[in-house]
Amino acid sequence: MSSYEEQLDTAEGVDYDAIADLLGDRVVRRETHLNAEGFVVRPDQVAESLTLLREEAGFDHLSMVTAQDYEDRYETIYHLTKYADRTHEVSVVVPTDPENPVSESAASVYKTANWHEREAYDLVGVEYDGHPDLRRILLPETWQGHPLSSDYDQDKPQIVQFDEHKNPLEDDHRGADSDTMFLNIGPHHPATHGVLHLKTVLDGEQVADVDPDIGYLHRCEEQMCQQGTYRHQIMPYPDRWDYASAGLLNEWAYARVAEDLNDIEVPEYAQIIRTMSAEFCRIAAHLLAVGTFALDIYGDFTAIFMYAMRDREKVQNILEDLTGQRMMFNYFRLGGVVWDLPEPREEWFENIRDFLDDLPGTLEEYHDLITTNEIFQTRVIGTGVLDPEDAKQFGTTGPVARASGIDYDIRRDDPYGYYDELDWNVVTEEGGDNYARFLVRMQEVEESAKIISQCVDLLEDWPEDERNIQSNVPRTLKPDPDTEVYRAVEGAKGELGIYIRSDGTDKPGRFKIRSPCFCNLSALNAMSKGEYVPDLVATLGSLDVILGEVDR
Amino acid sequence: MSNEPRDVIRGSTDAQTKTQEARMEGVDNRFNSKLREAFGSSPFILTKFDKFMNWVRGSSMFMLQFGIACCSIEMMHTYAVKHDLDRFGSGVPRASPRQADVMIVPGTIVTKFAPRMKRVYDQMPEPKFVVNMGSCAISGGPFQEGYNVIKGAEEVIPVDIHVPGCPPRPEALIYGVVKMQERIANGESSPVTVKPYELEQFSDLKQDELVDKLASQIDEDDLVMRYNWADSP
Ligand code: SF4
Repeated sequence: MSSYEEQLDTAEGVDYDAIADLLGDRVVRRETHLNAEGFVVRPDQVAESLTLLREEAGFDHLSMVTAQDYEDRYETIYHLTKYADRTHEVSVVVPTDPENPVSESAASVYKTANWHEREAYDLVGVEYDGHPDLRRILLPETWQGHPLSSDYDQDKPQIVQFDEHKNPLEDDHRGADSDTMFLNIGPHHPATHGVLHLKTVLDGEQVADVDPDIGYLHRCEEQMCQQGTYRHQIMPYPDRWDYASAGLLNEWAYARVAEDLNDIEVPEYAQIIRTMSAEFCRIAAHLLAVGTFALDIYGDFTAIFMYAMRDREKVQNILEDLTGQRMMFNYFRLGGVVWDLPEPREEWFENIRDFLDDLPGTLEEYHDLITTNEIFQTRVIGTGVLDPEDAKQFGTTGPVARASGIDYDIRRDDPYGYYDELDWNVVTEEGGDNYARFLVRMQEVEESAKIISQCVDLLEDWPEDERNIQSNVPRTLKPDPDTEVYRAVEGAKGELGIYIRSDGTDKPGRFKIRSPCFCNLSALNAMSKGEYVPDLVATLGSLDVILGEVDR
Repeated sequence: MSNEPRDVIRGSTDAQTKTQEARMEGVDNRFNSKLREAFGSSPFILTKFDKFMNWVRGSSMFMLQFGIACCSIEMMHTYAVKHDLDRFGSGVPRASPRQADVMIVPGTIVTKFAPRMKRVYDQMPEPKFVVNMGSCAISGGPFQEGYNVIKGAEEVIPVDIHVPGCPPRPEALIYGVVKMQERIANGESSPVTVKPYELEQFSDLKQDELVDKLASQIDEDDLVMRYNWADSP
């Protein structure tokens, strides 16, 4: 910790005046967002300001980049925070001229900015000066217009190219005996877990470069949320971001940010139900990750995949009893949850206890089949290594970051729900390889089970007349215009954040989703360079990306 | 963590004698199936070749392993234990379109993916069938109003069965697949009800403002798909 950093950290959090001093006359103006102070800087001093904040003030985590357009300007917001302390946040706001929206790129300071800025360019239309590779990321190259800018006309026809993914190396192919070749993996390929396209350059059997081409499932989640009203219409969409049954974790992301925005309290009883059900989702999501990872590594529909599916069925049954749906729960409401636990309660608790009692044995089985399996170990130990420095640079979070030894978990670092009242641990591993990521997920299942069992204890003894599942929330929510807030929760894959700017109506003016999978996937190139093709597939499997969340 | 196998998997190495015994007894009876009984003493049947082929076709379907969005998670559950689609003769998923005859479309189709899906469909050998899984594949579902979303798979490829739901339960998907097998056995198929988007050569497109604009970016003989949002249902 540098001396400056110490000076900036006060007991209550960040000393924003000290930051203003640090940035000096780069700051044009200050604004206040609900989660942090925003410092408005000139478009040509972005990299400088961010470097200062990272080097001197310890803001080593660029959580998200939001771009939006106002009537008189385009704006880019860099949401910064620290891996060491999630509650320390600061926003750097960069307004640009509407006629010529160009600002300096932050890609030289944070590697993760590369993809974020490409997305901002693609959807909103801000251009970044000095960006290494500014092209569209989600939409096809030939797309006309920027759909989230206000002058976009959705009814205009579009033409999408289907070239056969030409070999980009063709021109400089060095003679017939060169080993360099180009390989397209996906978008329809069993190893890519959905519709992901990897443009891979191989040197012999080794990966020289891999460029993930995403956007095959970009289904306009942000637009959908901007068209919905706060109270009811937005909640169903989060279920469909990370759809590996992690629905409730995603719903919580929206619930948290909207409750902060509208100042809504959640009754304690509802918080416990939320905590418990969300952890069930985490178990289901991690089991899917484990099952498909084993599928990637040793073949077709093997035992472990079937085992994982069997155990997911159990979780889904419990959640179905609670919410009425197997995957798209739509169970949370602003201010609580939609209904109380299913009757007869005892029977339902019994089901949960049965599941929890069986879980250690089941996990033992998994460990026997996979963890100690020699073939598995040869494939995953020491492959796909992500060192902690890179992990931070790429903004990775969740099990991926924790497997690289970064002790970062929003449930503990920026507590919400009932987590801070319960006894559980954040799992970290040091290896940073595929094996470590797998181990972290397996252990997190155990921790989730611990949390659930404590919640069940609490719920069982909860007095009957205090079972308050929802606080009073007005029928229409209209937060004050131009209130801005960014909040995150710990989703199944990592930090799942949402930024909302209200515009005085009952719908958000800007709704931006920070997807953990998006950031985790951006680290793939760094992780698999120099490795063999099968290791690339293993690395992709251990990153556990869900394309619905990558593309949104 | 040690590399020793744990106790759980030791000690379970008893020889499995039961099947053997079952097979040693009554060896002849095993071949006297119900079908054989039905035919009586002369094991011949007369039927139309087409009818027979349709029945065969419907009873042994190879699915394309094709995951798109959330619905594919429920599709995996349909293939896996508990629901086990294989019970109905709908095969195991094949990773290559060349080996598949049914394509389940489990998810939202967006502009970037539709040309690729069309190509995968084209690569499947005839006769081929399509089951639409979920509201997205039927109409765009919850994302119908999105700027990037195709309003249903039928805009791109012909579809035989629609299974509604978001996502449909595995039981519903099984019902859909079995229904389709039934139809195949009866020799029925569905017409295309909307005019589908086709892959065309860029030079074949009608000249307009957009085509002019892209002329510098796209080669004349490149394949493209043109979306006319105004005509979408
Ligand atoms: S129908 Fe529903 S579950 Fe299926 S892909 Fe669409 S949004 Fe997902």
